[in-house]
Amino acid sequence: MRDFSYLRADTADAARQAGALPGAMLLAGGTTLIDLAKCGVAEPETVVDISHLKGLDGISVDGAGATIGALAKMSHVADHADIKSRFPAVSEALWQAASAQLRNMATIGGNLMQRTRCPYFRDPANFPACNKRSPGSGCSAIGGVTRGHAVLGTSEACIATYPGDLTVALVAFDATVHLGERQLAVDDFFLLPGATPEREHAIEPGEMITAISIPASAAARRSTYLKVRDRQSYEFAAASAAVGIEFEADGRTIRDLRVALGGVATKPWRARAVEEALKGKLLEPDAVRRASLLAVEGAVDHGANHYKIELAPRVVARAILKIGETA
Amino acid sequence: MTSRTSIHLTINGHDHELEVEPRVTLLDALRDHLGLTGTKKGCDQGQCGACTVHVDGQRVLACLTLAAQAQGRSITTIEGLAEQDGTLHAVQAAFLEQDAFQCGYCTPGQIMSAVACIREGHAGSDDEIREYMAGNLCRCGAYPHIVAAVRQAAMEAAS
Ligand code: FES
Ligand code: FES
Repeated sequence: MRDFSYLRADTADAARQAGALPGAMLLAGGTTLIDLAKCGVAEPETVVDISHLKGLDGISVDGAGATIGALAKMSHVADHADIKSRFPAVSEALWQAASAQLRNMATIGGNLMQRTRCPYFRDPANFPACNKRSPGSGCSAIGGVTRGHAVLGTSEACIATYPGDLTVALVAFDATVHLGERQLAVDDFFLLPGATPEREHAIEPGEMITAISIPASAAARRSTYLKVRDRQSYEFAAASAAVGIEFEADGRTIRDLRVALGGVATKPWRARAVEEALKGKLLEPDAVRRASLLAVEGAVDHGANHYKIELAPRVVARAILKIGETA
Repeated sequence: MTSRTSIHLTINGHDHELEVEPRVTLLDALRDHLGLTGTKKGCDQGQCGACTVHVDGQRVLACLTLAAQAQGRSITTIEGLAEQDGTLHAVQAAFLEQDAFQCGYCTPGQIMSAVACIREGHAGSDDEIREYMAGNLCRCGAYPHIVAAVRQAAMEAAS
């Protein structure tokens, strides 16, 4: 790990100012930044420690929704009684992410800034070509071992999978990222790789995530996060789905449906085609399975990751049926 | 650029002053600067749990924590678990009784993690123990005995 200078920020303004300097990076939980610095991927000149800032770790939930401070720890949010009861998919996504130790370290703001686990991205010594790391250098994954790579949202420049869980639930329930005054939809915060895979987030130097908010909804209240992976725990998703459902008064007709996918796309992936296909319909297993195929419309595989195109719709269908059938 | 920064750490109730480069992790500060080698370095990348310590009572990974970042927090390592007179912590005793290790390299991390796991209330069943201890890998595969030790210590703590 290259040496850097360390600066502990006492106020949010000081953090934003220091963070705007060339070569500066903000440090919260450290689970991404220190890891990537060790891999030689992140090379900060100055690390601006924001983990001691006061007042940014609150969690409040009321009738309008939830607001979660950027420095709240994943474990605290997962364990919060009102998050569990009103946004179960959010709590479940957090519980199934990482390990207990990492969840105690990682913050919600930092979680939004989590980088891909693409093994080529993480290994600059052996794979100098990576458009995400060094724009224009090429992509080592294309034509390489692609079992974990994305099938949705890819480009000729990059097929790296977005690895997170929480944001899949956030995208499903229309959460907002707060960058101080500026706000934007979580879905817009994450950028598709296109020709500029080095740019992953719609955040500018000098900006800092201060909070996220999630509007209350009946679908969020009746929601779940289903994560399928190679081992039962402490593993990234092979495919995952955040799903929420609201029924009409008859208890069988779908009024509102939210579906988002993880582990298969280059960003947290809202599957609106599935939602639209099922809204107004009865919850019926065959219809759900058929509609779930729309989740992978336009998917492109690179050989070994082909299985994700079959797996993702099954995960979506299972999640919808599970949450729909538990009254 | 080799800057040094002086930091103040509170470890197992004792205060320490040290001069380190800002990039030094809490794990390296413990092992290489303070001689507290009970905390182990496995992967050094946040993947194995061997370096688990408690910061302000929460289990975290010392290999992904900067020493400078830990200033002002209270740190507990495996060396700080037993009583002053050498009486083992209940989880340490349970690991001995259940023979919950082979080479022992992952053990300090397992024990620190288990103490927190029980305190968090996540040791209610074998399945729950497996899930909430998943961040601690054991290269020797001592898992069944580790689960038994955590279960035993959790039951003792509840009674
Ligand atoms: S040494 Fe820290 S997790 Fe492996
Ligand atoms: S006892 Fe050897 S690694 Fe766990």
